[in-house]
Amino acid sequence: MKAFSQLINSLDSTNKNLQKIAAIELFINTASNEDKLWFLSLFTGKRPKRSVTTKLLKQWVLEETRLPEWLFAESYAAVGDLGETIALLLPDNEHPSEKSLSEWMNEILALKDKSEEEKRTYVVNSWKALNTTERFIFNKLLGGSFRLGVSAKTVINAFAKHFDLEAATVTHSIMGDWDRKEVDFEGLIKGNYTEINKSKPYPFCLAYALDKDLIDLGSIDDWQIEYKWDGIRAQVIKREGEFFIWSRGEELITAQFPEIEKALIDFPDDFVIDGELLVVKNNEVYNFSELQKRLNRKNLPKKMLEELPVSLYIYDVLEWKSEDIRTKPLSYRRSILEDQFNIDTNQSLHLSPVIKEIDWIKLPEIRSNARLINSEGLMLKNVTSPYHTGRKRGDWWKWKTDPLTIDAVLIYAQKGSGRRSGYYTDYTFAVKSGDALVSIAKAYSGLTDKEIQEVSKFVNKNAIEKFGPVRTVKPELVFEIAFEGIGYSSRHKSGVALRFPRILRWRKDKTVADIDTIDEVKKLIT
Amino acid sequence: MQILNFTDKGIYCIPGKFYIDPWKPVDYALITHGHADHARWGMKKYLCHHLTVPILHIRIGADIQVQGIGYNEPININGVKVSFHPAGHIIGSAQIRMEYKGKVVVVSGDYKLQNDGLSTVFEPVKCHEFVTESTFGLPIYKWASTEKLNESMQNWVLHNQEIGKTSVFVGYSLGKAQRILNAVSSIAPIYTHYSITKLNQAYENAGIQLPHYESLDFRESVQHVNKGIVIVPPSLVDTNVLKKIPNMVYAICSGWMQVRGARRWRSADAGFAVSDHADWDDLLKAVKETNAEKVYVTHGQTAVFAKYLNENGIEGVELHTAFGNDEEDESTPESL
Repeated sequence: MKAFSQLINSLDSTNKNLQKIAAIELFINTASNEDKLWFLSLFTGKRPKRSVTTKLLKQWVLEETRLPEWLFAESYAAVGDLGETIALLLPDNEHPSEKSLSEWMNEILALKDKSEEEKRTYVVNSWKALNTTERFIFNKLLGGSFRLGVSAKTVINAFAKHFDLEAATVTHSIMGDWDRKEVDFEGLIKGNYTEINKSKPYPFCLAYALDKDLIDLGSIDDWQIEYKWDGIRAQVIKREGEFFIWSRGEELITAQFPEIEKALIDFPDDFVIDGELLVVKNNEVYNFSELQKRLNRKNLPKKMLEELPVSLYIYDVLEWKSEDIRTKPLSYRRSILEDQFNIDTNQSLHLSPVIKEIDWIKLPEIRSNARLINSEGLMLKNVTSPYHTGRKRGDWWKWKTDPLTIDAVLIYAQKGSGRRSGYYTDYTFAVKSGDALVSIAKAYSGLTDKEIQEVSKFVNKNAIEKFGPVRTVKPELVFEIAFEGIGYSSRHKSGVALRFPRILRWRKDKTVADIDTIDEVKKLIT
Repeated sequence: MQILNFTDKGIYCIPGKFYIDPWKPVDYALITHGHADHARWGMKKYLCHHLTVPILHIRIGADIQVQGIGYNEPININGVKVSFHPAGHIIGSAQIRMEYKGKVVVVSGDYKLQNDGLSTVFEPVKCHEFVTESTFGLPIYKWASTEKLNESMQNWVLHNQEIGKTSVFVGYSLGKAQRILNAVSSIAPIYTHYSITKLNQAYENAGIQLPHYESLDFRESVQHVNKGIVIVPPSLVDTNVLKKIPNMVYAICSGWMQVRGARRWRSADAGFAVSDHADWDDLLKAVKETNAEKVYVTHGQTAVFAKYLNENGIEGVELHTAFGNDEEDESTPESL
């Protein structure tokens, strides 16, 4: 594992992208084909399923170190990462491992069918044979998760640079399903396997938040204006009789939305379209919280399909009759949608409506009313724009409604993980409910490093109770919490769930007497 | 018979009528070592190890009334037999032993068991009651040997030289800086920030030999340090001063660097877990070697360490003190 451990070490010990890319190139030059494919899989999210539960790992490390469980919990709270905690708690071993990354991964894959005792023997012996850094990496490999010091984007940039390709080409080449045993690393990067895969989606085109005046966008006639819908962005593919739905997180979600497949499987031509999955009843888009009830379920009862019917709001077409038309202008792509997909009779398909016959002056009002129809705001797309790969500035803008905000007080704090371990970074906030406080949201972003240090000091001084790593603190610090949406929820004590809550700012000017009440918060629900 | 009382001014020796490392002004203060959270301003009289005297003069003032004492030289203070014993934390650091009517109590200040090559090595002292720190009182903290640490620091410097970089080490100016100086001597020219130079000189005046270094004045051009080694105190991190150093990469030297998240949080180029505090195993070893029946746990992981001792047959008592918790904050604020 030496070469891989060295790569991780280099990636970990610099903040500079150029140096990270250099480290990756060094690895590409020296590692075997299989090792490179594993590296690619691990860093781009195509990871194998976990074959050993974290519960067992914890149990085994307790047995090996003979530490009491509470002390393990304290250690874990200070480190913020299970794999690293285990690596640090075990006695040091000087000898690096001679096994390659793929040898390790193949052994780990083989664990799947082993008995618990066999797994234990393998894992514990491996721990003993590795030094601290390698042990940490090994634990990460066991867990299948691998997000260490480098983003998938940087990895892709490094490959692109090495093989002298466009990053977009590489992104497309490695998307979708490919089998490590069947592909050659260089061929994969260069897109030699792209054709053989019917399910392969394209990278999504993403928009930047509008950061200029509408008037600077030129004539409104150059823009296609749509609502921005708040559901699940999806790419729907029909090629040679096969049908796939991909989420933006590159997950295949076909089975979760049978009504979409039913509506499109008999469509005469092949296509790849981009759209939003939404709960729609009587042509009315429902709150995201309704859609959420349908997600990640083992099975979909008939009743749920009837009560929460999902519809695809189609935004764009990327491939039409087996031809990649992403470079054609949006106006052309939209005309195909209007000619071919405007199937009024089908409740499960809608074209994303285009807002027409307006001017820049009226647009702000339409935007501010968007929330009334459960939309998040507007999308402005230049009619000449191609379907870009990823986020490109200029052609597509998202113009979201201003977030909703409330003032809430900090009541629980928990230490962060990763870069922020050791500081209290995960907060729970409450609003007033009569004389009591009721928790309303959990948020862990929006503060500067300095503010986090300041809050951490406050927590250290004002902790009332400890529940494992969680500290109850004196309700004193008031924050303005912003969120994108709000719905009723039976799962939360407050009776409401906030969508994308985050800390807007620390209201040092306010005290706990100034925070919102739960009744005021509920008034925000449309 | 109670010898110690833990007051809001500090640890008080009742029969001896003196305080140890008090945080508020008192008449008579015995000082374990020269770090700012243990040696504070405003005491009428100070008693500390000989090697700590010049440090107090630099940090607190030239006009204070301070008396020096050697290790293992018992004296009598109001009927209490008092002696200082090496704590291995920094040069001159001491555990303070008090004996009164057959009962022995030791206040250890900050300590480490590892030999850093500069400080007098920690000496276990048998006692009935022991006051211990617990800065790194979690089993995740296990230090590598001084040799191994030095080697990895040297390798980092050599690698930086290869790629044309200047190696900057960050460590507090009293103790850590000199340890770093020792660790990376003779592979590249070494420059120290003037606040460190000042303490280097105190060490040298006390007869301790340090490797060759040059003092660096950041008010002037610092271009000549290119590809060399620069040692600066923690207060300079995130300031423009550091940015003046050509082709700079920097490493933080602190026990906290044992944890990856802490390294990344500080966004340093490298982190070395070089600590002047005892790690988990050494805290336990130190406690056991005293044979103490009762152990008071001060600054750091007080709750954790006290609980662990209690579960392992030693009475552990959690104490709240004003001693620093952060290895990087131990020096007085230093800037240009």
